[in-house]
Amino acid sequence: MTDIDKDRPSPEAMLKLAQAEEEKAAKGKLKMFLGYAAGVGKTYSMLTVGRQLKKEGVDVVAAYVESHGRLETDALLDGLEVLPKAMIDYQGVLLPELDIDAVLQRRPQVALVDELAHSNAPGSRHEKRWQDVQEFLNAGIDVYTTVNVQHFESLNDVVAQITGVVVRETVPDLLLDQAADIRLIDISPDELLQRLHEGKVYIPAQATQAIEKFFRPGNLIALRELALRHTAIRVDEQMRAYMETRAIPGPWQTRERLLVCVSGSPFSEKLMRITRRLANEMKAPWSAVYIETPGDDAFARENRERIWQELRLAENMGAEVATITGSSVADALVGYAVKHNITKIVVGKPNKSRLRELLRPPIVDQIIRKSGQIDVYVVSIGARERKDGPPQKARRSFSLRVYFEACALVIGASLACWGMASIFSPTNMAMVYLLAVVLAAVRLGSKPAIAVAFISVLVFDFFFVPPYYTFAVADTEYLLTFVGLFTVGVVISTLVARGKERTMVMQTREVQTASLYYISRDLAAAADMDAIMAAVHKNMGESLSAEPLFFSPEREHLRFIEHEGQEAPDLKEHAVAGWAFRNLQPAGRGTATLGSSKYLYLPLKTSANIMGVLGVKLADEAGYTSPQIRLLLDAFAGQTAMALERAHLAKQAEQAKILATRENLERALLNSISHDLRSPLASITGILSSLKEQETGLSELAKQELLTTASEEATRLNRFVTNLLNMTRLEAGVVKLRQEDCDVQDLISCALSQLDQQLRDRPARIDLPPDLPLVPMDMGLMTQVLVNLLENAVKFSPPGSEIDIKVRLDNVLLRIEIQDQGPGVQENELDRIFDKFYQVPIPEGRGGTGLGLSICKGIVEAHGGGIRARNHADRGFTVIVQLPRQGLPQEEGGGDEH
Amino acid sequence: MNTEKGASCVRVLVVDDEAAILRFLKTVLDSEEFCVYKAENGSLAIAAAAAVRPDLILLDLGLPDMDGLEVIRRIREWSKVPIIVLSVREREDDKVMALNTGADDYLTKPFGVGELLARIRAALRRALQSVPQPVYRIEDLEVDLVHRRVLSAGIEIQLTPTEYDLLRLLVTNAGKVLTHRQILKQIWGAGYVEQPHVLRVNISNLRRKVEKDSSRPRYILTEVGVGYRLKADFPENADKDKGGRSPL
Repeated sequence: MTDIDKDRPSPEAMLKLAQAEEEKAAKGKLKMFLGYAAGVGKTYSMLTVGRQLKKEGVDVVAAYVESHGRLETDALLDGLEVLPKAMIDYQGVLLPELDIDAVLQRRPQVALVDELAHSNAPGSRHEKRWQDVQEFLNAGIDVYTTVNVQHFESLNDVVAQITGVVVRETVPDLLLDQAADIRLIDISPDELLQRLHEGKVYIPAQATQAIEKFFRPGNLIALRELALRHTAIRVDEQMRAYMETRAIPGPWQTRERLLVCVSGSPFSEKLMRITRRLANEMKAPWSAVYIETPGDDAFARENRERIWQELRLAENMGAEVATITGSSVADALVGYAVKHNITKIVVGKPNKSRLRELLRPPIVDQIIRKSGQIDVYVVSIGARERKDGPPQKARRSFSLRVYFEACALVIGASLACWGMASIFSPTNMAMVYLLAVVLAAVRLGSKPAIAVAFISVLVFDFFFVPPYYTFAVADTEYLLTFVGLFTVGVVISTLVARGKERTMVMQTREVQTASLYYISRDLAAAADMDAIMAAVHKNMGESLSAEPLFFSPEREHLRFIEHEGQEAPDLKEHAVAGWAFRNLQPAGRGTATLGSSKYLYLPLKTSANIMGVLGVKLADEAGYTSPQIRLLLDAFAGQTAMALERAHLAKQAEQAKILATRENLERALLNSISHDLRSPLASITGILSSLKEQETGLSELAKQELLTTASEEATRLNRFVTNLLNMTRLEAGVVKLRQEDCDVQDLISCALSQLDQQLRDRPARIDLPPDLPLVPMDMGLMTQVLVNLLENAVKFSPPGSEIDIKVRLDNVLLRIEIQDQGPGVQENELDRIFDKFYQVPIPEGRGGTGLGLSICKGIVEAHGGGIRARNHADRGFTVIVQLPRQGLPQEEGGGDEH
Repeated sequence: MNTEKGASCVRVLVVDDEAAILRFLKTVLDSEEFCVYKAENGSLAIAAAAAVRPDLILLDLGLPDMDGLEVIRRIREWSKVPIIVLSVREREDDKVMALNTGADDYLTKPFGVGELLARIRAALRRALQSVPQPVYRIEDLEVDLVHRRVLSAGIEIQLTPTEYDLLRLLVTNAGKVLTHRQILKQIWGAGYVEQPHVLRVNISNLRRKVEKDSSRPRYILTEVGVGYRLKADFPENADKDKGGRSPL
């Protein structure tokens, strides 16, 4: 490597820069005015910048600015375009909120949005204002916004520690990373307090007390430091990025990846914040996983809900999120870490008692033992009390019942022993208690079983070991029995319970794998939209008892695809699906976006396309927040999207093929038409010019002959044009069947009279049953059919041979057969002769376009009938036309003659 | 205009916007000793119909200024002059509409000169003859309107009253197409115009009695989708009138 090479930025770095820049170009830019407390002048600064931009000719609007009646702010708003606010009706009170659609419709270059951390009124599109802002950014609108440092997710607990006030309105740190520019609005705390006393800081009436506590100089200094430090970190990051892209050599860190485990415990949240901070400082990505172990099945639903929220929080803080299943937390965690190149695992310092540690080694120890190359960070998480603590109450009431049953088991065992006391020795009675332990393990779980073992030892000692009715033991031998009973009880119960739990996990897994397998199997077999929908409906119903809804993109919009009489969703549901479609993110029930809708909407995206939106309504409300079910739904959606894409591509290929065939056909048509139009014209033109120019040289006989030929050719040309017109009409679908009761005999005679000339030397034998009733048909069109068939019969059979016309009528069908004495056609061509432009080669070369038979077919089929051809064994060829005797059902009164 | 053949020649007004067709028709009709007047559009045709008082009008339906049907309607307001439509419109609906509007006959382009002259003669004859002829003869068929008798090759045929009325209607309009609606209205009354099967059954029965071979009728001809026409009793292209003042 030369020196030049060394200084050049690595391809990866360039790619990263290009990607980042591309994404930034498509998306709007976010500029944050960061302060450390209310009243530092964030809104004021934002508006000043806005006005400046406006003066420079940038299209700026104030999408949402709350002046709180401050005159300085109001004065700044004057001259800026202020968009109207949406009024959200919440329990009878109208709350002003940011009107997202108004902004999207207005499409300014820059939108000014105050108070990024604001929580929207229930019933708004998103829960939080920062989600609204993201929508603007995605739409390519630059957003200027204000936010205080304590609102950042990862700083939340630090701020709480400093100030003692828990901030509930938080903004994911991801947004901070996304911000193209951060402007720190800083004034000294003294100045701020001065402003506060002058009443220049807006404080909501109901929060006066809290705010007073908040605005202590100590707090303000700490918050100010936090804001300054955060900005500094950010500047540092920019510096590093700059160095990296400009290939400025520096002390590069190896790529780190952090992993933290979420458990729904009160400390998970804090653990995640710590991990996020660590990751930030290391400039490393991080993951949060939830490990579902067999024991969790006993967990109440509320716990799952919290886990789900924790995972969401982690996602908001920029983590990659996953849920995995395993029998042991440590194994699963380390397994995941190895697979995903995790370099550091963050775990909390346990605060369990020594005794419990003896019984079961803490997970931390297990992880440390198994982690191998991976660093393990053990961090102190303290004993912060949760205000919304875990649902211990629910669990305790559940446990109480179990332990009550455990006691009943012991009582039962004791009674049994009582009965046998005279027959068996006390040592053997221990076996009966063991039985109770096993029963408890199987039916109640491991902890009740251990309780049973413990109580059994006591009861056994009290009642059956001399001296009776005391806990004293006369014979030391019995101590061995006690130890044996207790140990065996504990071991059995642990084994049985674990075995049972494992089966349960296996079963759930099995069910999920099976449902995924079934849907992929059904989807693989589905070739079109309908089949795919049917497969999804069937599988969702069977494995999740869920009801799906389909939306398919149609140009820019989404269209609901009905399935078996499904009711169309209302406008609101449609709007939620539309949001999921445009933003390529899940929306609706169970998500943070438009959570009040009836369905959860998952975008059906593949690597290249968005194929629509899948709405899901689960029978079980808890399913929306269960990570397992959400993962399964995501898998379903992914499979469906792929199936749809495949069907879509197949359809495109099919269309391309049809187009190619049509092109061939059109070429054949043009060749054929030009031939059939030109040849009669050529002979007519030739004859006319010879008559005009060589009048004197031609004999009277020759003249007559030429004239006859010319007139025949003209007739042929006319017939061809008629056929062409008829074909065009049939294909354009403008032929309206005028069904009337027709006399079949009249039909045949009309056809024959039209062919008087050609049939001069061809005897036509007509075989008609007597008293043939009238049959409904369009006589004009059917005459055309018979004329074409008779003409063909004349053309393809030897001169002078007979043509037979046979008519038969049964209860259902009218049959007309036209038979000639010609050679017929090849068997394999019998069906093809009715195709357009199919031409049987004829020796004389007097061909037509091959339109005649296809017109016949078109007309007969329009009547609801059929046409086919048959060769005769010896000689001759028959075309059979069949029409329904009752005709087609009439839509309107046929035969109107104006 | 063309008046050199004298005041007594049969005046034919030809209405068509195609110069080639006009030239061709004028040549043919001149040679048949008709006085030919030309009009290139609908309004000229209506004006000429009033000014020239033609004995017959040959009318194209596709005119530049108005539809041929409208021309028929306007002329029919005050004149019974025979109108023969010459058109490229070949659909039955168009024919029926023209005939029901008041045209006497309909010829689809392209047509043969023989056919055209035969139609012209039949139309003129019907127009000039104010009192119906008492006896009609077509080949072997003889219809005596005075004595209500029908003879085929000299043998009397028994017809039902409806069949006779039908035949009489066809006979008095010999050579002219009568639409289903026109026949139904005249014989059965206005209430029957939507029931063409009544007509078909009667025509079928009438043919069985009148025609020699009812599967190849020679007298009562079907105009598919339009109506029926009785064959005119003079041979086509009969040149017996050649050189005479009147084509009859």
